[in-house]
Amino acid sequence: MKKIRTIIGKEWADMRRNKLVFYVVVLVPLLMTAIPVVMLAIMGHVGVSQNDMNELGRMLDNPLFVDMSPIEAMQSVMASNMLVLFLIMPLMVPVTIASYSIVGEKISRSLEPLLATPITTTQLLLGKAFAAAAPGVVMTWLSYAVFLVFAYFFSVSTRVFSIFIDPMWLIAMFVLVPLLTVMAVAVGIIVSSRTSDPRAAEQLGSLIILPLMVLYIGAMAGFIMLNSTTFWLSSLITLLLDLGLGYFGVVLFQRETILTRWK
Amino acid sequence: MIRTERLCKYFQSNGSEVRAVDGLDLEVREGEVFGFLGPNGAGKTTTVRVLACLIGPTKGRAWVNNLEVGQVDLKIRAQVGILTESPGLYERLSARRNLEIFANLYDVGDVPGQVEKYLRLLGLWERRDAEAGAFSKGMKQKLSVARALLHEPPVLFLDEPTSALDPEAAKTVRDFIETLRGQGRTIFLCTHNLDEAERLCDRIAVFRQKLIAVDTPEALRRQLFGRQTVVHLARHDERFAAAVRGLTDVKHVDVVTSDDGGGKLVISLNDPAAQNPGIVQTLVGQGAQVQFVNELRHSLEDVYLSLMQNGAAPGGGAQ
Repeated sequence: MKKIRTIIGKEWADMRRNKLVFYVVVLVPLLMTAIPVVMLAIMGHVGVSQNDMNELGRMLDNPLFVDMSPIEAMQSVMASNMLVLFLIMPLMVPVTIASYSIVGEKISRSLEPLLATPITTTQLLLGKAFAAAAPGVVMTWLSYAVFLVFAYFFSVSTRVFSIFIDPMWLIAMFVLVPLLTVMAVAVGIIVSSRTSDPRAAEQLGSLIILPLMVLYIGAMAGFIMLNSTTFWLSSLITLLLDLGLGYFGVVLFQRETILTRWK
Repeated sequence: MIRTERLCKYFQSNGSEVRAVDGLDLEVREGEVFGFLGPNGAGKTTTVRVLACLIGPTKGRAWVNNLEVGQVDLKIRAQVGILTESPGLYERLSARRNLEIFANLYDVGDVPGQVEKYLRLLGLWERRDAEAGAFSKGMKQKLSVARALLHEPPVLFLDEPTSALDPEAAKTVRDFIETLRGQGRTIFLCTHNLDEAERLCDRIAVFRQKLIAVDTPEALRRQLFGRQTVVHLARHDERFAAAVRGLTDVKHVDVVTSDDGGGKLVISLNDPAAQNPGIVQTLVGQGAQVQFVNELRHSLEDVYLSLMQNGAAPGGGAQ
C-alpha cells in the first residue's frame, strides 16, 4: 500500500503543477455543469408550443413526469437529458490524466528510474489509476452538487427539483460514475502504455466518450428512455468492462517494450 | 557480486534479429569499481538494464548480489541503485520531493534522514525546495546520483554518469563517485570516457556486443604493449641501438630520431626495474650521453583503440 500511496502522491503533486492537466481537471467539469444549469434556467422562462406539447405527450408517458404541468415536464426532460453530460465528465478528466501518466513519464525519461525500483506493475498501475480516477469522480460529484444548488433555484417547482435527486440520478452519480471513471482510466493507461505521444494517447483515449455520446443523442432525440433500469444495466456492463480492461491493462503493460522500443 | 554466464539479449527490429549482448561472461568482484567500456551501440546500457532487472535476458544467466536475474527481480531491484544516462527527474517537483518519492518506493526506513543526508552530501541541501527543472545539468545529475544511493544499495550501476556534463560538473560527479570507493559498494560504471575509467576503475571490460577483454588497465597495457623503457640520448648513433639489442632479454628496440641529431630508444623489456641499469651502463660504455630514462606509459585510449581494432592480446583479455 505504501508504494501505491507514493505513486498517488507523486501523480497528484505533479498534476497540481501541470497547468494543462490542472485546467482540464477543474475547468472542463465546471463548463460542462454550466450547460444543464443554463438549459434549466431558459426552460423555466420560455413558453411551450403545441408542437412541444405533442412531443411532451409522448414523454409524459414516463412515470417520472406524471402529474406535471407542461412547463415542469419540459424543464425536467431537458435537464434530465443533460444527465449524460455528468457521465461524460468522469471520462474526459481521467483520460487526460491517464494518457499523460505513462507517456509523460517516458518523455521526461523518469519512467526508467521508476521501473528500476522494487515496485510491481500492478502497484504502479493501481497507483496511477487511482490518481487519475479520483479527481474525475470528485470533480463530477462536485459539479453535480453545484448543479443541484442552481437547480434548486431555477426549478419551477419542487417536483422538478426532486427529479434530480431521484434514484435514477443517484445510481448514475454514485454507481455508474465511479465505474465509468475506472473504465476511462483503464483505457487511458492501456492506450498510454502502447503509444509514445501523449497527445495521440489522449485522442485515442477520448474515443471512449463515443458510446456515451450515442446515449446522449439518443436521449435528446427521445430514442432512448433514461431511467433506473437503464443505469443499473449500464453499471453492470461497465463493471464487467472494468474487470476485463483492468486485467488487460496489467497484461499489456510491457516494461521491456516501453523501455526499449520508445525513442 | 555480479556474474553473468553466456548472457544474451536480442531484439527484433524490422523483422531481423539485433544482438545487443551476445554471450557475455563476466565476473565483477564485491567492492570494486568496474568500468564497462565500449562504443555507442555496443550494448552497455542493455547489459545494465538486464542486470538491473529492467528487461529480461534472451539467453544465459546472471546473478547480482547472489540473486539470479529473472527469478527474484523485485529483490534485486531493492538491492541495486541505478543512474540512468539522463537524470529522469520529476522536474515540476522539488529536489526533496523527488528523493522522498524514491525513498518510499525503496522502503527506506528513515526517509527524511536519508533524504537530508544525500542532499547535504551532494551539496543540494540549500536548494532542496527548488524545482528540479530549474537545476543545472550538473545539479540534476547530482540529484539523480542521490536518488540512486538513497536506499544504500550494495550494487550501483552508473550509466554514462558524466557524458552530458560540462567539465566542472563532470568533475564534481566524478569526485563524488570516487568518494564511494572503499564504502564496500560494487560499482558498475558504463562509460566511454577513458580518463574517467582510468581514474575510477579497479578493472575494466572492453565490450562490443561480446566481451573483448577484461582486466586492470595496467594489466591490459602490459598484455597489449609489454613494458617499455624510453632512453633519451643527446646524440643518436646506430651503434647505441645495436649495443642494446645485443643485451639478453631485450625483446625489441625502436629508434626515434629528432632533427637536432638527438634520439630516443624505445626498448621493450620483461623487467625494466632490473634491466634498466644494465642498459644505461651499456649505452654510457658506448659513449652515449643519456639525458632521461623513463617508462613509456600507454594511455587507456591506446589500449581501448587497440582492443577495438585488434581484439584481445594473445594470452590476455577476457577474465
